[in-house]
Amino acid sequence: MKWEIPLVIVFVTGVILALSDFVPHQSIQDVREFFMSWLQIIGVLAVGLGLVSLTQVNLVKVRRKTPGWIYSVITLFGLVIMLVTGFVWDYREPSNPFQFLFQYALLPIYATMFSLLAFYIASAAFRAFKARNALATTILVTAVIVMLGQVPVGAKLAPLKSWIMEVPNMAGFRAILLGIGLGGVAMALKIVFGIERAYMGRD
Amino acid sequence: MAPTSGADPPAPPTDVRAEDSDDDAGHSITVRWSRSPDDGGGARTVTTYTVLRAESAAGPWEEVGEVPAGTTDYVDRARVEGGQVAHEVTNGTPYYYAVRASGPDGGRQAVADAPAIASAQWYHKGKTPILTVLLVFSALVLYFVRKARKHPEGIYVRPIAGMDAVDEAVGRATEMGRPILYVLGLGTAATISTIASYAILARVAKKVAQYQSRLIIPNYDPIVMAVAQETVRQAYTDAGRPDLYDEKDIFFVTHAQFAYVAAVNGIMLREKTATNFYLGKFYAESLILAETGNIAGSIQIAGTDEASQLPFFVTACDYTLIGEELYAASAYLAREPLLLGALKAQDVLKGLAMAWLLVGALLTSFGVNLLRRWISVQM
Repeated sequence: MKWEIPLVIVFVTGVILALSDFVPHQSIQDVREFFMSWLQIIGVLAVGLGLVSLTQVNLVKVRRKTPGWIYSVITLFGLVIMLVTGFVWDYREPSNPFQFLFQYALLPIYATMFSLLAFYIASAAFRAFKARNALATTILVTAVIVMLGQVPVGAKLAPLKSWIMEVPNMAGFRAILLGIGLGGVAMALKIVFGIERAYMGRD
Repeated sequence: MAPTSGADPPAPPTDVRAEDSDDDAGHSITVRWSRSPDDGGGARTVTTYTVLRAESAAGPWEEVGEVPAGTTDYVDRARVEGGQVAHEVTNGTPYYYAVRASGPDGGRQAVADAPAIASAQWYHKGKTPILTVLLVFSALVLYFVRKARKHPEGIYVRPIAGMDAVDEAVGRATEMGRPILYVLGLGTAATISTIASYAILARVAKKVAQYQSRLIIPNYDPIVMAVAQETVRQAYTDAGRPDLYDEKDIFFVTHAQFAYVAAVNGIMLREKTATNFYLGKFYAESLILAETGNIAGSIQIAGTDEASQLPFFVTACDYTLIGEELYAASAYLAREPLLLGALKAQDVLKGLAMAWLLVGALLTSFGVNLLRRWISVQM
């Protein structure tokens, strides 16, 4: 019964939710809404779960003085300070300590992490564009045409760039998307029919 | 040509008719008409069409909408503004409609012959192609699953290099005495690629338990974390090593994309992970993760159904599962007839889709739009 009950729940909810896509009638849509509201309720409960996990893991690291424990202290400090400022001041007001920390500490840190992407793209491109063999050389030549076709100095290459992007690139992209679409449906069917059970920790 | 000002208002529209809107839960009526002779022709004085509604043929009429000249339909549907019902279309109530063509000198209206009644439908006709494909696919899955049960040896699965390397990657981490990092991505527990990733995680965890290595799973979503804990716990139990399972190695980090990346990168560099798995839903963080792992010298196996992130993984990782390979990986690792049968059905449907595309493209090129019309979906 430990395995059968979850499988029956998955089958029933899977069939109802799939059906709700084809039945616009309000009675089925109400059932769908009911299931969706459960999803939201579980999501809210999960925030507490995450908070407990984060605190526990980092407290253990600090207590055991594992390598990098100082980062755990910073994490816990950040957690407490944001929780306290968030509870004491109204987070919807434009200027208070919570908003100050959010606007002038958190957002710049996010932006910094995102900016790293530019450097990583450069280092990844350097590796990818090495002309080691015929295929790699094709990638290199194509990349150069596409990059130059984007800027005024390579205006003459713009039509070739457009053709590369719209014909061979788009064909490959759509082939991948077609496989992903069918694979996704197959995966969903396998889960609903109980064929795929590994996510429950069972073969 | 600009409309000319005349003494008379424009002629009314003709052939006004109202009917229940298709494929919805009711509360909606579609009004159609033919353009006034003065719209685009005649005196060219029509600037707008105003749609009016009444609960009896004698009125009183209320304005329910306005559309610019040239338009020939309007959908009158219930509206909610600021949490209050601003406009209602009640199912089962007969409504009479009129359309007025207006210009600088006033307007004239025409009334629909019959009232319309909004009602909810039990079937969305516009989605028939999707339902057909789904039913054909389901039938194929069931057929091949049955066939695979009888003759499991008859199903060939092409090698997936990334999955062949799982043993090697876990073994290498064990020999080096370093942990393995498994990243489930930014999807929720309801995301199909995350669920596919769980299936692979279960098998990777089993191998990790057998090799007595260590598995670290930092999570972006608390529910994903809870499911991952259960999946790994069961895998360790199946492998006969429940004692090795440590719940603290599967933990929640943050629900902020780049803070999560920073944390995972820190784990890679501090713990010196020998093998990194990135399997699930990934966005802009994919390259930051994979490049850091590459710089750290880890073996990296990635897979996602987010097509725009695939080039980054291909560039920075040793093995990449491209799109559908992520979904197929579980069947490939398990070699279970049921899963292999579903995989075969998927390939057959893909073959049918390719044939459809090829024939459809050829027919459309010669002006025959039959196949294209059959497959067109109205949401």
